[in-house]
Amino acid sequence: MSDMAAQPSAPAELPRTKTDWLPLLLVPALALLALPFVGNPSTWVTLTVAGLAMGMMIFLMASGLTLVFGLMDIINFGHGVFISLGAYATLLVLSPLAGWALSDSIGLNLALLGLCILVAMTVTALAGAVFERVIVRPVYGSHLKQILVTMGGLIVTEQLIHAIWGASPIPIPLPQSLRGAFVLGDIVMERYRVIAVVIGLVVFLGMQLILNRTRIGLLIRAGVENPEMVEALGYRIRRLFVSVFIAGSALAGLGGVMWAFYRQTLTAGMGMEVMVLVFIVIIIGGLGSVGGCFVGSILVALVANYVGFIEPKLALISNILVMALVLIWRPQGLFPVARR
Amino acid sequence: MSTSPALPLAFDETRRRGGILTGLLSSDLPRSRALSLILLAIFVLLAATPFLFSGSQPVGTAAKICVFIVLVASYDLLLGYSGIVSFAHTMFFGIGGYGIAIALERVSPTWGSVAIGLASALALSAVLAIAIGLLSLRVRAIFFSMITLAVASAAAVLASQLSDITGGEDGLSFQLPPALRPAFRLFSEPVFGTMINGRLLAYYLVFVVSLIVFLLLLRIVNSPFGRVLQAIRENEFRAEALGYRVVAYRTVASVISALAATIAGALMALWLRYNGPDTTLSFAIMIDILLMVVIGGMGTMYGAVIGAAVFVLAQSYLQVLMGAGSAALAGIPLLPNLIHPDRWLLWLGALFIISVYAFPGGIVGRLRQGKP
Repeated sequence: MSDMAAQPSAPAELPRTKTDWLPLLLVPALALLALPFVGNPSTWVTLTVAGLAMGMMIFLMASGLTLVFGLMDIINFGHGVFISLGAYATLLVLSPLAGWALSDSIGLNLALLGLCILVAMTVTALAGAVFERVIVRPVYGSHLKQILVTMGGLIVTEQLIHAIWGASPIPIPLPQSLRGAFVLGDIVMERYRVIAVVIGLVVFLGMQLILNRTRIGLLIRAGVENPEMVEALGYRIRRLFVSVFIAGSALAGLGGVMWAFYRQTLTAGMGMEVMVLVFIVIIIGGLGSVGGCFVGSILVALVANYVGFIEPKLALISNILVMALVLIWRPQGLFPVARR
Repeated sequence: MSTSPALPLAFDETRRRGGILTGLLSSDLPRSRALSLILLAIFVLLAATPFLFSGSQPVGTAAKICVFIVLVASYDLLLGYSGIVSFAHTMFFGIGGYGIAIALERVSPTWGSVAIGLASALALSAVLAIAIGLLSLRVRAIFFSMITLAVASAAAVLASQLSDITGGEDGLSFQLPPALRPAFRLFSEPVFGTMINGRLLAYYLVFVVSLIVFLLLLRIVNSPFGRVLQAIRENEFRAEALGYRVVAYRTVASVISALAATIAGALMALWLRYNGPDTTLSFAIMIDILLMVVIGGMGTMYGAVIGAAVFVLAQSYLQVLMGAGSAALAGIPLLPNLIHPDRWLLWLGALFIISVYAFPGGIVGRLRQGKP
């Protein structure tokens, strides 16, 4: 005690959680390792940017899921349907404003993209609120039932999308000025991918700011660690959870818009297809960890891109291989969340 | 722990007063008059389909029901009895199908190749099931669901890409051993007005093998091993504290279930004389299996029989009904779309959700509650 009293001005000595650098170093290490195999540096840059863009899109879709799991131990197999729903919601904007997509003005095109994102996030947030209330709430606490019921929700919602928008794939062209690529010397970077990287980074930084610098973020992190204690301190953890669920659905909707413009076609099953990657990513990252999800997304996407270039046949199972390797190294994922 | 209603009487208790039937059913009787009648009806209809109905569609539907009973029962061993959700069941189904297809197409259409194909498929399934189990069940049961989903989708992509071996998206058509070909005649005269040809023999091969595998699965879930699985499902920590190695038991359960699914896949391929990604590997079939297990009744092997029969019949005949309904409602916005024949999964999905909430025992649990 006397030691403490002797150093009144030592807030810096509060125990700090050590940052785990090893998984973070994995990404640049991987990128550098791939360079000699790819050979050509400009190809390497192109592949890396494409991989980053892909990774950001996966991160957008996965971040909500991992947060929801971390906070409330809910595993939502129906998450993919919010991706599809977000993608289809772009039609609400694109059909009345078709002219904006055709115009050459970059401002108008970006405004269109922004509007699509806004509408999609609103739609998926609403759908998320309904989904949470109707499908998920009755089965808190039972993983088995959660998996089953959310799969059921997925089936029904996918069929509803079919019933509303029709069963055949719908083409959606990219706005005019977002097509094509930036060319710097030998290096070719598709414009849309650069935009995806920017949006992904903004969302990641925003999430980090909210989680680490705001009161609500503090509560969310505390809830991940120990929900009973947060509740005992007088906070309504249930309300917190519902808002995180809604935010997670909205993020999936945002990811869905980006993914839809990337694929340029809409199908109701597109969300479920990408969910495989999403699950791999959140397992690699450590269930419940946003940072792990970010690193995992980039890792998976980069590996897929490099392997796809070097040995195309292997690319199909490269994700599984990455996952198996990570799990052998760290069975709980890159950034294990303490309580789990 | 309270005894769950799905749990049958203790084995010893019923064995004393049982006969051959009780022995065959491993003392796990239907325990409801209505359920017994329905099961008997399904059994008789399946056994006599080739003689009762003419044309190829009813026999095809019956064969599909037989195969799906095995497939769904083996899935129930995982979901209902062990309490773990796998999404890789179609992968094992597909491995069985491809084992037969590749052996018969690439080697020769003989019984020898059937044996080789089935044996190598079973070996591959066992190895994969052990690998997945040890990789994921070690950590948390929930990892198992996600990892099986990932592995299954990789397997589906692999099967469609390695077209040199698997025939890609087109799949493989092949010749059966001579005794199973339509031109084969067992007797020169028809029996009960039906010609005993190779096609009929193929149907009975499917029927008999399905019946045997189903009874074996019933035996397994009612063995001490099956009891341990149920104990783990009810309370993992307590089972572990009692000294049972949870990971080992769950892994063995997933291997058994994978092997049975492989056999089902082999039967499917033998019946269809074709195997492709859409008939055995697609995620849609996985969803069908889930629906069948839950609607039929989780944790009751008989649920698989009822679920498969109801679902396959609905698949074949509900759409006709919905088509009529949709036509009747034409002109009203959205409503005809909702009961369009292609939207039948919407309604089964809703039924599925209601089942999970309200009737965790499915149809079988419901029937057993009505008549104890």
